[in-house]
Amino acid sequence: MEDRPSRAKRWYGHGLPYLDDKLLPGHLIVIEGTDGVGRSTQIELLRGWLELEGYAVSNTGWTRSPLLSETIADAKAGHQLTPVTFSLLYAADFADRLEHEIIPALQAGFIVIADRYMYTAFARNALMGADPEWTSEVFGMALVPDLVLFLEIDLDTLVPRVVRGKGMDYWESGMHLALSSDIFDSFQRYQSRLIAEYNRLAGEFGFISVDARKSVDEIQAELRAHVSEYLRRSAATNNEPAEDALLAALRKV
Amino acid sequence: MSRRRRTLLSSPHPYPGRLIAVEGIDGSGKSTQLQLLERWLRARGYPVHFTEWNSSRLVRTSMRRGKRRNLLTPSTFSLLHAVDFADRFIYQILPPLRAGMVVLADRYVYTAFARDVARGVHADWVRGVYRFAPRPDLTFFFRVPIDVSLDRLLTGRAKLKYYEAGMDMELSSDLLESFRLFQGRVLEIYDELAQEYGLRVIDATQDIAGQQKTVRRMTGEVLREYDRGRTRNNNGRSPIAS
Repeated sequence: MEDRPSRAKRWYGHGLPYLDDKLLPGHLIVIEGTDGVGRSTQIELLRGWLELEGYAVSNTGWTRSPLLSETIADAKAGHQLTPVTFSLLYAADFADRLEHEIIPALQAGFIVIADRYMYTAFARNALMGADPEWTSEVFGMALVPDLVLFLEIDLDTLVPRVVRGKGMDYWESGMHLALSSDIFDSFQRYQSRLIAEYNRLAGEFGFISVDARKSVDEIQAELRAHVSEYLRRSAATNNEPAEDALLAALRKV
Repeated sequence: MSRRRRTLLSSPHPYPGRLIAVEGIDGSGKSTQLQLLERWLRARGYPVHFTEWNSSRLVRTSMRRGKRRNLLTPSTFSLLHAVDFADRFIYQILPPLRAGMVVLADRYVYTAFARDVARGVHADWVRGVYRFAPRPDLTFFFRVPIDVSLDRLLTGRAKLKYYEAGMDMELSSDLLESFRLFQGRVLEIYDELAQEYGLRVIDATQDIAGQQKTVRRMTGEVLREYDRGRTRNNNGRSPIAS
């Protein structure tokens, strides 16, 4: 990985060489956390707030790319996926959104709020038994986000929320891993492993954890505080001394 | 990150079957050669399984949609083909290899290494994506100059395909010129791959029967050890009648 100017975004691995020269002045903010933790509610609130503050915001989700959403839905319905094809389909979907939504929005100076990012794939792939080194190589084309906010929860709080909410889903319960034939039991085992994996990733990648057991308003207040802090720091480093010196030097010439 | 990680492609696979792949640019005649090889192997009693690039049903919808609307970027083009390969690998390549069959692959991972890198993805990235692919026992690279392949394609079906000509790369607005530039780059990378991975280079400007003779001779050499195993399993009956 070569060093790039501090204002430029960094690739997670080998990146996309054909986009190396793109300037991406926007901000990439990721909200991670397991299913049912309240990500979409919080993102809607964040978006409204940021727009009121005068920032242009673009949302992007997981498995929503026009190129692949149908294929992924079909494949899930037919259960013919294996860990490798499953991982690669999500990687293709991710790449599609990266190149068609995230990078263009960042180029245009938007704040991109990503509902899940590559870390979701890291966690799920690890649970499916895919080689973690391979997963991170595949996602080497990703941009490193500017800020990752992690909605942290425990299983006992999560279970009633999911049951009261949209209910238990085959995939989110990890039924594909054959942990148990009982969906409730499978959900508990799968989600507790997923939570453990997210917590591990939080340490590895320096996520900012927010306690998702709190009320919606409390969580939102904390998220806003972290986003404000990030935007303040970013605005400060944008008036870089090096850049000022360069401009000064140019004026002299 | 110039150091290349070891992949399964660096050492022979552990399966009882044999894997034979053909590579080359469009119009190199590789599919014709593989079909002729398949007929020969079947006539000699080998259990053969044929599999072809970009043929799994899993990504057909996405691939068609992406190509029709020119939605594909170099990275999604690459990953969709990787899904196709992974799907075929798991359901069509690995089981026959483990069952001791001879698997014939029309294009293998080297196609991705050449085409996707010509499109601009990182050479080490695409190698990483395909890290789960085992090394074939024999890979033929049918080498042909661009003009010969163009002649063959234009007499065959009279129209070049958009992605085949690399039109998504915007190298030229002229289809023929774009094909020349893009496939020229692919050809250069194939030459490098032939060195790196020991692909067997066949001069694909030769007549078809002459090439096939070479292909059969090399295949026969690769199957010699395999034949011995089969002979034991078949109570001394050789699968090769002659």
